[in-house]
Amino acid sequence: MFTPFFFTLKAKKVPVSITEWMILMEALEKGCVDNLNDFYYLARAVLVKSETHFDQYDIAFQEYFNGIAPTLELTEELLKWLTDPQNRPQLTPEEIAALQKMDLEELIREYEKRLKEQKERHDGGNRWIGTGGTSPFGHSGVNPAGMLVGGPGGMRSAVRIAEQRYFRNYRSDITLDVRQLKVALKQLRQLNRVGLEDELDLDKTIDATCKNAGEIELKWKRPRKNSVKLLLLMDAGGSMEPFADLCSRLFSAANTLNHFKSFKYYYFHNCPYDVLYPDIQQRKGVSIEQLFKTLEPDYKVIFVGDACMAQSELLDRFGDIYFHGYQKMSGLERLKHFKSHFSHVVWLNPERSVLRSYPTVQAIKRLFPMYDLTVDGLNLAVKKLTTKR
Amino acid sequence: MDQKSFEQFKGSKDYVISDALKNAVNVSIVLQRPLLVRGEPGTGKTLLAHSIASSLGKELIRWNIKSTTKAQEGCYVYDTVQRLNDSRFGGKDVADIKHYIKLGKMGQAFTAPSQVVLLIDEIDKADLEFPNDLLNELDEMSFYIPETDETISAAVRPIVLITSNNEKELPDAFLRRCIFHYIDFPEPELMEDIVRVHFPNIKNSLLKDALESFYTLRKIDDFRKKPSTSELIDWIQALMASGMDGKIKDGEIPFLGTLVKKEADLDYYVSHNVKKKPATRGYNVSGN
Repeated sequence: MFTPFFFTLKAKKVPVSITEWMILMEALEKGCVDNLNDFYYLARAVLVKSETHFDQYDIAFQEYFNGIAPTLELTEELLKWLTDPQNRPQLTPEEIAALQKMDLEELIREYEKRLKEQKERHDGGNRWIGTGGTSPFGHSGVNPAGMLVGGPGGMRSAVRIAEQRYFRNYRSDITLDVRQLKVALKQLRQLNRVGLEDELDLDKTIDATCKNAGEIELKWKRPRKNSVKLLLLMDAGGSMEPFADLCSRLFSAANTLNHFKSFKYYYFHNCPYDVLYPDIQQRKGVSIEQLFKTLEPDYKVIFVGDACMAQSELLDRFGDIYFHGYQKMSGLERLKHFKSHFSHVVWLNPERSVLRSYPTVQAIKRLFPMYDLTVDGLNLAVKKLTTKR
Repeated sequence: MDQKSFEQFKGSKDYVISDALKNAVNVSIVLQRPLLVRGEPGTGKTLLAHSIASSLGKELIRWNIKSTTKAQEGCYVYDTVQRLNDSRFGGKDVADIKHYIKLGKMGQAFTAPSQVVLLIDEIDKADLEFPNDLLNELDEMSFYIPETDETISAAVRPIVLITSNNEKELPDAFLRRCIFHYIDFPEPELMEDIVRVHFPNIKNSLLKDALESFYTLRKIDDFRKKPSTSELIDWIQALMASGMDGKIKDGEIPFLGTLVKKEADLDYYVSHNVKKKPATRGYNVSGN
């Protein structure tokens, strides 16, 4: 039953397993479902184990039980623009009355027809689907028989709930808040026994007591603590401006976590050359050669940057555009230097557009594993950092 | 199972519940699988267990998880130190190891003569491997005590409710075995019901003003910790006790500290919303 739905979910990247699917079948057999509404909640409770996947579930549900054809999956951009109640026209009652009223069926047919015809976004007219117009379709319009597209609706049928995509904000492939970044970073750990001996070592206590002919002798051991040391290197260059907020969130997550044995951070511009900067203004640099003497190779290194620069900036011996003195090696050489000094290095890239195919990005990607700066990407990166090479 | 045994739980007088959650609770009862409830702190995850227990007339066994809790402790604890002590200084029969096996909360739930509700509270507080260590115990509802060569298995499978604040990701294998529900933050209408459950005699005007102010605060995305239901309840209690209303006047909110707990958030609110007192505008006449 509903087997294609299983594959629709898979296609929408909801992580469902056979086990869970069998549980759902069991629940259906036991008569837990009266209507589609129940099914919507039941299937979600059984199959989806994180609110971050609710949105994909909604899309899949919508597609499979189709009240609305999948062509209707509005792009993020269109939705954003639709919910913006700009240019709301003020119509006189006569004008409103003059607008032709259609019945619902006619309306839906007409809607699908126009959606097919419509190629671009549209504001304030009287035909296309958009905001603030008098066309029967769209948001914030004033047509009395109008149909609401993509906004909050009143009808609470299951497909409608799915259509609302209420949980869009919980998706984890979109970057989220500091807390979630913290959760991801927390997995970056290696537990070693360090510190004061204040945990009772039972086995040794028993051993010692026996050897002591029954006279109790307590033995202690050191508790386990995280031994991971983290080095965060952030690009603070001009092309990173749009991601400044994002980077500061990652920084505050790592900085306030109080989870690592040591946490160090430095800034660079486009690409690290001879020096790194302890502050974002990049005033007083610290020589990397010096740093490598104090930073042991077991530091886990996370680069954050868009890796987009002129090829000369990466490859030329004197590629640093802000520095005109002596430069020891090219950016790429320097990155290789990092790679040979540290055992675990990853690169997080906030840029997710076409710029990702830029030559310098590709070159750096060959050097370090590169991930999106999102919760999902960070999780992958952390996994990479904790695996043995 | 027939229709009758389904639809058991309908919410209780003191706990307002959404359809989706009610559905999830009942499904987990029918399928005899643990229900994992996740949500912001203060959305009533723990109270849900109390509500299930009281409305179904079952005993509630609560296992509070801390960062140091080990899975084994839920099953049983072998008090070796006590035994060692007794063997040295005399006491109970040291030869019988059973005297030193104490059942944990899960063990108590399994051995209870009738069905109980077992609440495993804040599972994400524990170590990352903790949920994995519980897989078999929750699946089979039984565990083995090697010391006494005994197997404790549940005569009646308890209703298991697990709550999580999402501080740590839970392992996939564990999630696969659970029914999942995410308690979303209540819409104003549902919130009105929830407040009325706590304060049946609340004045309509006070409720309306308080909720309005509350949801205005919730909209501030820069808060590190947004005020939640339990804070709202506390706040309304303070308002009622003092006889004030919950209106925002020039950005000032009475007892703001009960709603906003973090200092940084308080500072943020005050600096962005509280209007500076006009210096040249004469007297500010306001009747209360």
